[in-house]
Amino acid sequence: MSFGASFSDTLVLARRAVMRIVRAPDLLLAYTVQPIMFVLLFVYVFGGAIRTPGFEYVDFLIPGILVQTLSFGGFATALGLAEDLKKGLVDRFRSLPMSRSAVLTGRTLADVATNSLSIAVMLIVGVIAGFSFDAPLTHILLGLVLLLTFGYAFSWVFAFIGLSSSSPEAAQSLGFIILFPLSFISSAFVPVDSMPAVLQAFAEINPFTIAVDAIRALFLGIPAGNNVWGAFAWSLGIAVVFSYLSVRRYKRAVVR
Amino acid sequence: MAGDLAIEAEGLRKAYKDVQALDGIDLGAPAGSVLGLLGPNGAGKTTAVRILTTLLPPDGGSARVAGLDVVTEAADLRSHIGLAGQYAAVDEHMTGKENLEMVGQLYHLPKGEPQSRAAELLDRFDLAAAADRLVKTYSGGMRRRLDLAAALVARPPVLFLDEPTTGLDPRSRIDLWETIEGRVAEGTTVLLTTQYLDEADRLADRIAVIDRGQVIAEGTSDELKDQVGGERLDITLESKDEAEQAIAALTPIAAEPPAISDGLLRMPVRERKGAIADAVRRLNEAGVGIDDISLSRPTLDDVFLNLTGHAAEDAEAEGKEER
Repeated sequence: MSFGASFSDTLVLARRAVMRIVRAPDLLLAYTVQPIMFVLLFVYVFGGAIRTPGFEYVDFLIPGILVQTLSFGGFATALGLAEDLKKGLVDRFRSLPMSRSAVLTGRTLADVATNSLSIAVMLIVGVIAGFSFDAPLTHILLGLVLLLTFGYAFSWVFAFIGLSSSSPEAAQSLGFIILFPLSFISSAFVPVDSMPAVLQAFAEINPFTIAVDAIRALFLGIPAGNNVWGAFAWSLGIAVVFSYLSVRRYKRAVVR
Repeated sequence: MAGDLAIEAEGLRKAYKDVQALDGIDLGAPAGSVLGLLGPNGAGKTTAVRILTTLLPPDGGSARVAGLDVVTEAADLRSHIGLAGQYAAVDEHMTGKENLEMVGQLYHLPKGEPQSRAAELLDRFDLAAAADRLVKTYSGGMRRRLDLAAALVARPPVLFLDEPTTGLDPRSRIDLWETIEGRVAEGTTVLLTTQYLDEADRLADRIAVIDRGQVIAEGTSDELKDQVGGERLDITLESKDEAEQAIAALTPIAAEPPAISDGLLRMPVRERKGAIADAVRRLNEAGVGIDDISLSRPTLDDVFLNLTGHAAEDAEAEGKEER
């Protein structure tokens, strides 16, 4: 299997995944309305009660909620793969002379497109709610690349979840059960030092905290420390481990 | 001559946890022929198809399809096969045309060919009018036809059809049979699994009867029927009282002693040719009056019952629990 053929297979299947969303626009709500809802809830409902020394709450929140939303962007991959398995499409794909990983790389690539849409929607709503960048353009752009990279890494986590679940419904709830605590026990919504000691210890090593702190540094012009490189390293590590596990599982997948 | 076989398997074995799905089966299909795998649900038919289409590695034994080994030459082999399954594996969020074009692209057909091939197949499978409709609006029969069309996109020399008509209404079944017969006429080798005896009878050149992971009989439909006892004469006598004379007259041409109940005499014959004329002559000579006489052949239902000791439907109910 040449690289060119793998790449063209990936594009064929990425197109299929994007078409699915265009055809069933209700899925689009998850990428647009849901993040808007979260931004508004946090800014106007919880925001007044949360102390974020040195920041306006909306400035503190937007980087955090961007990281959380992007990490969930891959749920369509879990859902789609679980559905393909259930309907026998994975059997068809595996009997074709196509790349062994294209079904997965195609879907995760499509997630990058929908994640880009989510970022745009949330930044617009954030700015309307009072968020403002305070950093050079290059830092902002690097921040956007980091967000997409972090989201891409989690698409592979979702790919593995989709291939490991017994149904699309199970895949979705399994994904939420794993990611919700991870994203909340972090610096995304509240300062870490407001948590009990045990959670604080966990939050400090949580890759979500590292990614959120990196985005805050890049968007708000505060010192980044090692967070930016740390966040890229985590993303790479998660992507490598979960793409390996997912492709291995895909090769043995059969209809359930 | 192994070289003439498009599908050949030797001693294939596969176990899932505690279930021995395949317990050493041998199969062979000459190029251009149709091999039917007949058996109840859970007999191992789908597992055999999965191994032959490279979806599952066997635990033991070996198999070659289109001359290529299913394990060591799996990547090359996939260009030579088409698979249509019982699940109608098409994407319901795409149109019929998009489904076929996608499959053509994934077979890496030359530029432009996925489109022309899709149009050609939609036309041939009577789906042209529905080409631009989403598949989720298709009927069950239309989905199966699209699934079969998808398996034929790259004109594969070997086609695997896993229970192609399960769950279809009678009209759609016959349509699909005619379509399959058309492909066979063009020289495609087909391996077909089915739990329907009439389907195997109609489509398959040779039939392998599978039960509990083993081939329990193999041959043409006629050979399998012969194995059960060949042809049988059913004679209705004018008078029940003449039974003894009738038995005496017919015993010389019976393969087994005739059985009689309530004026209906049944007996297996040694040879089909001339059996009716011979029987009528002998009964006339003995002065026995005949109301009705017919020669009947055992059905594949009889074959299955005879070979497995249980009817196909019973086994089906059993098999479902294993899945």
